[in-house]
Amino acid sequence: MIERLRTALREFGLPRLLIAAFLFILFAVAVATHMNLSGLVSDCITRVARNGILVLALLPAIQGGLGLNFGLPVGIVCGLVGCVISLNAGVSGVTGLVLAAGIGVALAIPAGLAYGWLLNRTRGQEMMVGTYLGFAIVSGMSIFWLLAPFQNPTLVWAIGGKGLRTTLALTGIYDKILDHWLSFTVAGVTFPTGALVAFGGLCWLTWLFFRTRMGITIAAARSNPRFALAAGISDERTRIQATVLSTTLGALGIIVYSQSFGFVQLYTAPLLMAFPAVACILIGGATVTRSTIGHVIVGTLLFQSILTVALPVTSQVIEGDISETARLIIQNGMILYALTRLRNT
Amino acid sequence: MKGVSLAVARGEIHAILGENGAGKSTLMNILFGMPVIRETGGYGGEVLLDGVPVRFESPSDAMRAGIGMVHQEFMLLPGFRIAENIKLNREPAKPTLLSPVLGHGLDRVDFTRMRRDARQALDRVGLGIDEWLPVSGLPVSHMQFVEIAREVDKENLKLLIFDEPTAVLAESEAERLLGAMRAFAERGVAVLFITHRLDEVRAAADRATVLRDGEVVGQPDPRTTSVARIAELMVGRPAAPVAARRAFEAARDVALRVENLSVDMPGEPVENVTFTVSRGEIFGIGGLAGQGKIGIANGIMGLYPASGRVELEGQPFQLNRPREALERGLAFVSEDRRGVGLLGEESVELNIALSALEARGRFLRPFPIAALQPLDHKSLRRHALAMIQNLDVRTTGPAQQVRRLSGGNQQKVCLARAMTLEPRLLFVSEPTRGIDVGAKARVLEILATLNRVHGVTLVLTSSELTELRAVCDRIAIVYRGRIETILPPDAPDAAFGLAMAGESAAA
Repeated sequence: MIERLRTALREFGLPRLLIAAFLFILFAVAVATHMNLSGLVSDCITRVARNGILVLALLPAIQGGLGLNFGLPVGIVCGLVGCVISLNAGVSGVTGLVLAAGIGVALAIPAGLAYGWLLNRTRGQEMMVGTYLGFAIVSGMSIFWLLAPFQNPTLVWAIGGKGLRTTLALTGIYDKILDHWLSFTVAGVTFPTGALVAFGGLCWLTWLFFRTRMGITIAAARSNPRFALAAGISDERTRIQATVLSTTLGALGIIVYSQSFGFVQLYTAPLLMAFPAVACILIGGATVTRSTIGHVIVGTLLFQSILTVALPVTSQVIEGDISETARLIIQNGMILYALTRLRNT
Repeated sequence: MKGVSLAVARGEIHAILGENGAGKSTLMNILFGMPVIRETGGYGGEVLLDGVPVRFESPSDAMRAGIGMVHQEFMLLPGFRIAENIKLNREPAKPTLLSPVLGHGLDRVDFTRMRRDARQALDRVGLGIDEWLPVSGLPVSHMQFVEIAREVDKENLKLLIFDEPTAVLAESEAERLLGAMRAFAERGVAVLFITHRLDEVRAAADRATVLRDGEVVGQPDPRTTSVARIAELMVGRPAAPVAARRAFEAARDVALRVENLSVDMPGEPVENVTFTVSRGEIFGIGGLAGQGKIGIANGIMGLYPASGRVELEGQPFQLNRPREALERGLAFVSEDRRGVGLLGEESVELNIALSALEARGRFLRPFPIAALQPLDHKSLRRHALAMIQNLDVRTTGPAQQVRRLSGGNQQKVCLARAMTLEPRLLFVSEPTRGIDVGAKARVLEILATLNRVHGVTLVLTSSELTELRAVCDRIAIVYRGRIETILPPDAPDAAFGLAMAGESAAA
């Protein structure tokens, strides 16, 4: 009996248990202090839908044997370029969003190919290379945002008329267009149906993908490169395929994120975006070498809920704000924990 | 190992002979206190050194007691200089100001003495190179001598063990090594010398012990016993009853023609091998470990860089293209089950299907884009169940993880994968390594059925001569990367023994 409990605990993972317990305590305090519980739950769901695709973007990279894709900003900036181009053209509504997504994906594919090529040349250090490439690309794009010939006066700095602003409001263009689509409220809890459908749909498509010929070979090459070679699979190719998929999902992820957030954030905003996403998938139970759609969903739910609930709850109990501190401890602690387990997998 | 006794006198060179798996390395590991012995259950019996019973818990115990070992794989630090390697962890040192406080770890290394000592040791083994060179970049033979020099430098050396020291050396270098060995013996050091080169035993050893299946089968006097007799002792099993033999004319109906094949496989290099395999034949490849027999199949299948000319049923075949090999109807069951043969994390059914799925597009449902064709679970499951029944794979079901199966059942899964490819020519390497007796028989039976009933041409590589002689039509013995000779399975034991030792011309 005790043995079975122990195995169950090991399978669920101690860190996940602690985080779930922490979340439970936060909710308990929220109830005890008579906070607006339905509002909190609404916020949680909104943030899950907002961040989910960025977390999902990490899955193909893990399945492809590239570890945690700290180079997620490569995909993110592609999505941002898509947004800015569609905004500059003044296309709004669904058409604008689709245009942004189309351009984002069109850019993410070649970017993913190049990123994958780079990772094949730096085998064994994918995570470090990804981190540095992410930093480099965000800085490089900062120059691009300043110099690119965008003319639309709503986008560029009011004084001087050159260079994009750091934050572009989407109000009246496609602000929350997915979140509001078919949105409904039950018992005070609002569901951002469109964004949830986008997240769920992409999860389903990714799940399907890993059941196709290409998906199976990607996972097989990750699982055993020598086996793959013997089966006539080039693992350099499958690694590039995985990188392209991850980068493309990153581009789509930031577009869904931006419409839900209501702003397109440029310059250094994408710099650290990979880290919370990585923490999410790890809290969900993924390891550096193996993950599933379930890990993506559970992890996003746990981590984003904590972020949402911790701020209002802790400010009720303690003077001052510790939610940012808690976020950093959980986020980076989780990444560290996953890396310590790397050798055992 | 069971009931092995042997004695080595001071100043004597004692050779230990035996096939792979005869227990030579186990014996040496016991003498050198390697932890693997304790971890796998320890040993019974006694080791006496200078008449005193000893029991070494670790190699450093053994070293303190005066036992040195020259390993088959080099234990050298490539980035360090030769002298530093020789003196590693035994550096001559002078105390510094800090060492009274912080211990000997902060003593200053006396490089002048280190160089002088290293020079002396190198001179003794007859290696005239600069002791200040880094080890990386040295030719393998020189590394071997550096290893020996390190052992020489230990002052209290009583017993020196050489584990196949000449395996990596050329003829003339081997000669020099034997010279160095004799010099040790003259200084009163006892030498244990593991080898499978029979001529060296005759040239250098004072006494010899032949091991087979963990037992001493004879202690022939190397000076008077003929090489053929020693070879017979080593192989020494009665040939298994040979099934009805079929005559194969090499010229007619050639399935595979290999000309001047060289394969760059670490540890198993192949040099300029030429042979042909007839359609419907079971062609065996045997030989001792490290001689290159494993490299042949790996090279043709494109797993290691290969060069040469290969023809498949009369058509030229492109080497170094694993994909082409599969598409042309070849299949391979690798000797490295865990490394190459299986996806341990994945299910039995996926392991069975994957090669055929990738190379032949089987078990997929139609979809406009070929790469995105979804898996057809139903047909996959049906095929996997049939294979499991057919090959008698003991599993809880097709969805079980492959790494949870026993070795024999894993091997059956490997065979099932190769059979799913429906090959015309199947390479099978070490099919019975590490599996139990019952599964062994079953695996050989499956191979025989494949050949006799389904007409698949087989190239069977194995370290087990008995196994080859039981199923093959012809057996090639590989020695130092070349085919020494091709023998019928009913050739005498001595012929096989001599061929494996590279001396078939003398027979």
